[in-house]
Amino acid sequence: MEKGKGIMGSGRRWAVDFSDNSTAPSSRDIPDPPGFTRASVNQDDSTVSRQKKDAESNWKAQKAWEVAQAPFKNLLMMGFMMWMAGNTVHLFSIGITFSALWQPISALQGVGKVFEPYKDNKVDLLGPKLLFIALNLGGLALGVWKLNTLGLLPTHASDWVSSLPPAQEVEYSGGGIPL
Amino acid sequence: MAIMSFIFVFFFFSSLQPILSLYEDQVGLMDWHQQYIGKVKQAVFHTHKTGRKRVVASTEQNIIATLDLRSGEIFWRHVLGPNDVVDGIDIALGKYVITLSSGGSILRAWNLPDGQMVWESSLHGPKHSKSLLLTTNLIIEKDNSLIVFSNGRLNAVSCIDGEVLWKKDFEEESLEVQQVIQPPGSDFIYVVGFAASSQFETYKINAKNGELLKHESTAFSGRFSGEVSLVSSETVAALDSTGSILLTISFHNGKISSQQTPVSNLLEDSLGLAVIIHSSVTGIFAIKTDAATIFIRVIGEGKLEVVEKTNHETVVSDALTISEGQQAFALVQHAGSNIHLTVKPAHDWDSNLLKESIKMDQQRGFVHKVFINNYIRTDRSHGFRALIVMEDHSLLLLQQGAIVWSREDGLASIIDVTTSELPVEKAGVSVAKVELNLFEWLKGHVLKLKGTLMLATPEDIAAIQYMRLKSSEKSKMTRDHNGFRKLLIALTRAGKLFALHTGDGRIVWSHLLQSLHKSESCRQPIGLNLHQWQVPHHHALDENPSVLVVGRCGPSSDALGVLSLVDSYTGKEFSSLRLVHSVAQVIPLPYTDSTEQRLHLLIDADKHAHLYPKTPEAIDIFQSEFSNVYWYSVDDDNGIIKGYALKTKCSGNVADEFCFDSRELWSIVLPSESEKIITTATRKLNEAVHTQAKLIADQDVMYKYISSNLLFVATVAPKASGEIGSVTPEESWLVVYLIDTVTGRVLHRMTHHGSQGPVQAVLSENWVVYHYFNLRAHRYEMSVIEIYDQSRADNKDVWKLVVGNHNLTSPVSSYSRAEVITKSQSYFFTHSLKAIAVTLTVKGITSKQLLIGTIGDQVLALDKRFLDPRRSVNPTQAEREEGIIPLTDSLPIIPQSYITHSLRVEGLQSIITVAAKLESTTLVFAHGLDLFFTHYAPSRTYDSLTEDFSYALLLITIVALVAAIFVTWILSQRKELQDRWR
Repeated sequence: MEKGKGIMGSGRRWAVDFSDNSTAPSSRDIPDPPGFTRASVNQDDSTVSRQKKDAESNWKAQKAWEVAQAPFKNLLMMGFMMWMAGNTVHLFSIGITFSALWQPISALQGVGKVFEPYKDNKVDLLGPKLLFIALNLGGLALGVWKLNTLGLLPTHASDWVSSLPPAQEVEYSGGGIPL
Repeated sequence: MAIMSFIFVFFFFSSLQPILSLYEDQVGLMDWHQQYIGKVKQAVFHTHKTGRKRVVASTEQNIIATLDLRSGEIFWRHVLGPNDVVDGIDIALGKYVITLSSGGSILRAWNLPDGQMVWESSLHGPKHSKSLLLTTNLIIEKDNSLIVFSNGRLNAVSCIDGEVLWKKDFEEESLEVQQVIQPPGSDFIYVVGFAASSQFETYKINAKNGELLKHESTAFSGRFSGEVSLVSSETVAALDSTGSILLTISFHNGKISSQQTPVSNLLEDSLGLAVIIHSSVTGIFAIKTDAATIFIRVIGEGKLEVVEKTNHETVVSDALTISEGQQAFALVQHAGSNIHLTVKPAHDWDSNLLKESIKMDQQRGFVHKVFINNYIRTDRSHGFRALIVMEDHSLLLLQQGAIVWSREDGLASIIDVTTSELPVEKAGVSVAKVELNLFEWLKGHVLKLKGTLMLATPEDIAAIQYMRLKSSEKSKMTRDHNGFRKLLIALTRAGKLFALHTGDGRIVWSHLLQSLHKSESCRQPIGLNLHQWQVPHHHALDENPSVLVVGRCGPSSDALGVLSLVDSYTGKEFSSLRLVHSVAQVIPLPYTDSTEQRLHLLIDADKHAHLYPKTPEAIDIFQSEFSNVYWYSVDDDNGIIKGYALKTKCSGNVADEFCFDSRELWSIVLPSESEKIITTATRKLNEAVHTQAKLIADQDVMYKYISSNLLFVATVAPKASGEIGSVTPEESWLVVYLIDTVTGRVLHRMTHHGSQGPVQAVLSENWVVYHYFNLRAHRYEMSVIEIYDQSRADNKDVWKLVVGNHNLTSPVSSYSRAEVITKSQSYFFTHSLKAIAVTLTVKGITSKQLLIGTIGDQVLALDKRFLDPRRSVNPTQAEREEGIIPLTDSLPIIPQSYITHSLRVEGLQSIITVAAKLESTTLVFAHGLDLFFTHYAPSRTYDSLTEDFSYALLLITIVALVAAIFVTWILSQRKELQDRWR
């Protein structure tokens, strides 16, 4: 590539510019052909581009909704996996639970990034974002619920009293059978 | 379904804790075992030219043992049991040890080389009497025979098979037979005794058939006292009960002639309370008074002459026939720190066959007994060896002016044991005798590595084993990080205090307590128990720890008390106190003063409480807790349990601000016609409990009722307090109580109908386990009671617990009357028990195991989970996960969980558990006649690497891995470079 470029650069004699400059105002000082009014073409073009833009934004919005709904499938699959993992604490169930917790969290952290491609002035991303967040929160809740069913959350009284030292006694008594 | 249940069973078994047991090569790494025989009562030498020289001994602990005369090691030993008191031993035919025991009713012959019993015969008679054993060389019907007088009957017994050849009864009610004599070379026997204390009787009996040849008696105006001493084969010496007249009675040919000699003729002062020493030296007898020992010679017809009067402590041996017609006897006398051993011929007091002076350790006290034996030296002269028994029950062999060996047999009768920490290792001070240098360390590890990699030769393996057993690490005299090295301080019946190192069981120091020494003011001192007096902690570390020895002058409960304080590092008795009050109870209080001295309350027989130490600081501390200190006493004779609080200062007494009156608060009177207290149990004062909550299945929680004031009492029907099987199940019951000793509240009462003692019980945390006999099932049973605090059970609100808004940790009073519930369950158990204890760890986190001293003198570990009242036949899934074992009717005995492995702790008395610093480990010390010590980890050593972990292998692996990383890195670099050049 570099070689070619170098040769091209050094031996440039002529060039044909195929770019279509019809929409942009002419950069050269060549006058427009007679009967050609640039404005009308411009106007025509603008309607076309608006339609195009609308389509694009529609598409973007649609896409954004799709992206926002994506965690739902994930949620279902996670649910299935959790059901498969069972309620005993072992490597598999712990791994699944932690991935179920981690996925929504990382997704929530990257909410902006996920919807970056669909950012548009005309597209309202709030709805999809909220849905996305809600679904992910749902996933998180599922993970927490799983954690709880595994008994790894301190939600029972037993979790808070298991290491309570015995209460101190006020009285002291000693004795026994006389020696 | 089958697969499911299989998986279930598999999971269940894999969730069970692995059985704790030892590999063969681990024996002796952490445990040690010492064998003792107790205080020797009688010793007989067996020093034939062939075979190993040995001595046969019978002891006050009812043991027959033969010891190697060269080293003092035990060849064999038999424990005859507490009711089988040995009356006499002898050697017959040169190959049998004959023992007479159980009040003369059992005669046994044991094979001398290996200790197997050859025969046993039981001898019964018309009445109870003194038992005398006489070996003769009489031959009756071709059999060598023994003459035994016991239970009022004279028996001739064959040596070969124990058959009774003839017997002769002496049924006269008042006859007290004193001696059975066979004049040498004759074939008749004299039986000599007193009738009605004032009549002297002789019976001449034909030794061949037991026929009575002659009976004579003479009356004596006074009364005889005690024993007679044999002066010759036909003369005895006796003392009258006033101690003023000496009698020599000769009964030559059945004719009695007596001579009375007033003591005042021989000595200027009267004897007072005197006794004749039982000896068999011809022509000489000895009288012992409080102050002196007097030797008297009999010259001719009843003429007496005092040959020596010694004021020292003097001990005489029996006569020893050294050659034809010549007898010798030994005298041992004390002189300062030396003892003098003198052997004299019987016929000539003034000449000595042997006179030796031997330096003796002051801590052994006085000589109590001496036994002598002779041997022929190379120059054909007689040499003598003497076996002496000291005041501290130790046994020593003296020969050629030196102590050949000594045995610390006082340790066979330990009364109480406590532990003490060792000194802290200080920088720059080497305490180990031999510090390993680096080369040796490396060598050791290389050897170990070879062992791990299975490259070791048999010699290497032996070297490794030796290294492990003799590791200097375990016997150092400093504190270790894991708390394995401690001093076991043991008080013996002889009043001697021993400190044993837990690493190898050696005696670090021993001290014969002066306060428990016989003296004018304290005639019969006995040691009672030991307490930790001062355990220095953080701020008093430069003080040495000390122990408190409590004793009393005499066996009655109102005898005056004796206290002494002993430094645990040196064994020095730094303070000794003769108390002006008696000691009925010693209560260590949970308070210490600024030098970490523990406050103790001594209760006397009049129910006054005396505070020790007697310092103003102690009284200040005590005053602040005064109203919270209570005490109780269990009167097991009358079946009354009483609780007391302390009142004001002692009334009427001279101003003693350390003495307090008691006020009776409550009493529990058990009906004496239906209940008799046989056992009590309390929690150990130093037991640590980790948590008050017990988590059960489904995340539920139960609150343990943990109180150090809990008392377990077991009572049986008075009829059933005897032996097992003496009553029918209908008239026998066992009632157990759990009592709060502050308020006297009975927390729980349960009756086991048809059950009987003896009861062994252990109380720990919130549970009690006890062992008894079930007469209906004809089996031993163990029961468990767990007690829970129901009034705390409503603490279930998580948010309150999270923010700490609960009263679970606030101090509780016994007067708040907690609502308790109990759960209990019973199981059959195969063994009868001698002792029971529970493992003790430093924080109480590790699960508990019961340590059971079985009737076979072994210590068996039994997981507490087997004694869980929540066991059921079909536990739910959640309960199984929790570790609940399905209920079975009996408790399993797993052979691998004998922590004494192949050893036996003969005469097991008690098992003591001490927490090490390492949470997983408890130190177990079992004592009886033998001592046994080991480390025990109820849930394995989860918090440390095992002793045989190969650090060298780990290091080498790491080094090899690092090297491999480097090598592969270099190789890959090179490869890449080559690729580039291609």
